[in-house]
Amino acid sequence: MLKYELVVIGGGPAGLSAAVEAYEQGVRKILILERDKELGGILNQCIHNGFGLHRFKEELTGPEYSLRYIDLVKDTTIETLTDTMVLEISEQKVVRAISAERGYMEIEAKAVVFSMGCRERTRGAIQLQGDRPAGVFTAGTAQRFINMEGYMPGKRVVILGSGDIGLIMARRMTFEGAKVEAVCELMPYSNGLTRNIVQCLDDYDIPLMLSHTIVKVHGKARVEGVTIAKVDENFKPIPESFKRIDCDTVLLSVGLIPENEITQNAGIAVDTRTSGPKVGELRQTEMEGVFACGNVVHVHDLVDFVSEEGALSGKGVAKYLKGELETTPNFSTANSDGIGYVVPQTVNLSNVDDQVTFYMRVRSVYDKHIVRAYQGDTLIAEKKERKFLPAEMVNFKIKKEILANLADGEIRFVVEEV
Amino acid sequence: MAKEMTCIVCPIGCQLTLEPEGESFAVFGNKCPRGKKYAIEEMIAPKRVITSTVAVDQGMYPVISVKTQAPVPKELIFDVMQDLSSVLMKAPIQVGDVVIKNVQGTGVDVVATRNA
Amino acid sequence: MLDVCIVGGGVIGTAISRELSRYQLKVRVVERNEDVATETTKANSGIVHGGYDAAHGKLKGFFSAKGNAMYPQLEEELHFGFRQTGSFVVAFNEGQEPELDRLLENGIKNGARGLEIISGDRAREMEPHLSKSVTKALYCSTAGVTSPYELSVALAENAAKNGVEYSFYTEVNGIEKVEDHFILHTSKGPVEAKVVINAAGLYADRISAMIGEDDFTINPRQGQYVLLDKDQAFMTDTVIFQAPENGSKGVLVTPTVHHNILVGPNSDYIDEKNDVATTSDVIAKILKAGSKSIDAINTRKVIRSFSGNRASSDRGDFIIGETKVKGFVNVAGIESPGLTSAPAIAIHVADILKEMGLELTADPNFDPTRKPYKRIADMEAEELNNLIAEEPAYGRVICRCESISEGEIVDAIHRGLPITSVDAIKKRTRAGMGRCQGGFCAPRVMEIISRETGLSMEEITKQGEGSYLLTKRSKDALEKGGQDA
Repeated sequence: MLKYELVVIGGGPAGLSAAVEAYEQGVRKILILERDKELGGILNQCIHNGFGLHRFKEELTGPEYSLRYIDLVKDTTIETLTDTMVLEISEQKVVRAISAERGYMEIEAKAVVFSMGCRERTRGAIQLQGDRPAGVFTAGTAQRFINMEGYMPGKRVVILGSGDIGLIMARRMTFEGAKVEAVCELMPYSNGLTRNIVQCLDDYDIPLMLSHTIVKVHGKARVEGVTIAKVDENFKPIPESFKRIDCDTVLLSVGLIPENEITQNAGIAVDTRTSGPKVGELRQTEMEGVFACGNVVHVHDLVDFVSEEGALSGKGVAKYLKGELETTPNFSTANSDGIGYVVPQTVNLSNVDDQVTFYMRVRSVYDKHIVRAYQGDTLIAEKKERKFLPAEMVNFKIKKEILANLADGEIRFVVEEV
Repeated sequence: MAKEMTCIVCPIGCQLTLEPEGESFAVFGNKCPRGKKYAIEEMIAPKRVITSTVAVDQGMYPVISVKTQAPVPKELIFDVMQDLSSVLMKAPIQVGDVVIKNVQGTGVDVVATRNA
Repeated sequence: MLDVCIVGGGVIGTAISRELSRYQLKVRVVERNEDVATETTKANSGIVHGGYDAAHGKLKGFFSAKGNAMYPQLEEELHFGFRQTGSFVVAFNEGQEPELDRLLENGIKNGARGLEIISGDRAREMEPHLSKSVTKALYCSTAGVTSPYELSVALAENAAKNGVEYSFYTEVNGIEKVEDHFILHTSKGPVEAKVVINAAGLYADRISAMIGEDDFTINPRQGQYVLLDKDQAFMTDTVIFQAPENGSKGVLVTPTVHHNILVGPNSDYIDEKNDVATTSDVIAKILKAGSKSIDAINTRKVIRSFSGNRASSDRGDFIIGETKVKGFVNVAGIESPGLTSAPAIAIHVADILKEMGLELTADPNFDPTRKPYKRIADMEAEELNNLIAEEPAYGRVICRCESISEGEIVDAIHRGLPITSVDAIKKRTRAGMGRCQGGFCAPRVMEIISRETGLSMEEITKQGEGSYLLTKRSKDALEKGGQDA
């Protein structure tokens, strides 16, 4: 049987960063398993720029960003297997995988990092009604066709959902000669970054229709149009507002879901708030020696934070392999008013160097608000922003010395009016 | 008259206010100097980085990703796209390799953003 | 000149074609769509009924119990997927309980097997998530679930292997009776046949009217469904019907043969035969009605909703037999329990042909078996390792959600029926059937179809004519002969 100190499942930005950090911390026998034919993950099809401002202090395209990490891996003894699909991992951390080249493999791992990323929500998941013709794609599938395979999936497009991929694809399809008729967003605010609305929609006069949805898809063989409608405050379509738009393509950008099949098969419970495994400060899961990072834990908005989280898990792996990872947590985190989730879900202070970054998302748009951390009724720390948006992950850093003064127990995060 | 705009230089997306100041503008709301530069340029001669693909022979995929190495005038976007459409590169290609030199006379090169 | 031309490649047409392939006959199936099983057969409940429900005295009652009994052997020969899960008809109050007795009695008359009336508690012992409000149930141990389109594909492939021709994209526009035979005018030219079997499903009335037999109409009756993720399989592994109340049949909650959960259908007459749009109010109604049977329907786990139309006739029963026009046989109005009845109907049709004077000589080369797929998802380590060593394509996973390998897709393409669509692969291998609904694998499935069949990517459709997926290459340089990787 193949034996490794660390097996990383998924060779996208999270997994690459985890492997590189573990290597830098002294772990030597590392294997990255990637199901696609090359490393880099979904970044390879994200050919637009804007990646890496935090991590590399420059603006890179997706492929350039992933290449930075791939090059780092190449400078090490980290091994990689592409075109390799992990089927499952056992309780003893035996990773079972297959590839055309190597057949069926059983790989014994002392530690495992889950970095499988996420997938897009589909037509079925949002229960989009109407005919079922060809021409309804998730934005990511369209992105792959255009940016990797060199094909156009349509000429006249309506996009449902204003997540960043949807916005980016609006511009991308416009560049390639398609006409984007509209972007419909169910919520009264966009789920994408403001700059993407400006440079992807406004630049090309593509209307962003907030509080709008597609109520029906038309077309027997291929999409011929959609009926869109304005929705009321309960997201119910308002009949008087029904309007038909002719188009041959519908792109869906309606959210991402962490891909945790392997996690769940391993018996690791998935947190219903994040749809990812519960993790500690170094991204340890409830299964000893198994870590998780990136979009498999919770959906990030910037890859820079994915890399950051990957590095945390790499540190965790190194500590664990040295037998220095403390396991009993001091704190658990909770989300209340206005906060959708908090990661990490637990914190063991003795594993922390100087601060803990709590990642969280707010549930709606908050102007003139502040996010506060409490233990019981005691205010521990607060985080100010000009504006809190569900589209933008909140990074709430709390110094170790502050946490060290607290009793063990729960830390609760809330949005409060200023 | 004051003008509002959203900075697109980085994902923060600062809300900028511009006020005419002689030949140029005074910029408020920017968190960094790049925001000021962007705002003024946006008023006088807006520019964008173009990211796209070009055809490649014998690569892993039929296209590779490319970008303009610097922002180019916004009104030239579709002319640049037209130029990119007819390019056929041959693998191997390294990230940074020039795909089109001085595209549309802008003085900016189009370069590959991945290996192939 | 053909001996027999079968119009329609649904489960009825394919079952008849396979039955006739036992004999030394020249048979062709003409199908207007791109594949078999594209309409009614593609979208229904997939239940192999026990045979107690359809009224005794009707053809439906006669064929359903017989058909049910044929499924185990059919599965052994053709490997299309059939599980004898058993079924419940549940009553929620005393008022509904006599209905169970009536069904039991009717079932016995039809020759249905494995019937038993049990208490609500006993039923809950078998399916713990069954609603507390179930007071009694009719249990039928011989009922089961199948995959209707995989069955249809299996029947067609086996028929093709035994000499039946399949002609897709072939729409019948007119039929002429010439002396002792027929000329079918199709979109692919004229086809001559001694016998025509009309198995055209929703369009059977139109086909029949082409030879002047217009004494029935097919009124499409809609059935919308929702499909839940496999992780909801715990809900039930027994088919659950609700006892009919006030003339309404209630909705069913059923496991699929592949361990998803299916909830539906409604049953509303609609105007257009090809209207398979889903509507949010019907879907909501279905989910609400379904949650009467099972407490745990989690709407967040819906991965797909779909709609299919049953080919209900105005006669209230199957229409099977030779018409006044000699040599023209109708097999029409095949609604539920048509899937269950299909294999029995096929034998009956062969008998009809014999009575009509067609000579049925057994073909000594007839092979009733179809090789099963090598499904990597179901394999043990050693088997998998040996397979990949022999055929590396089985080590390349294309559909992540359902763990379908390139080997399985290539196999599906080379089984005797032409493959031109992504849905054809989905029906045969389940690639794209999982929770991501083809988001990851569709581009790769298209590449494999293109490579194996020589079709260009733009020629490959989702589901037949007009349902193209890609419009053009993104770059002029690619159109002008830039090479594919």
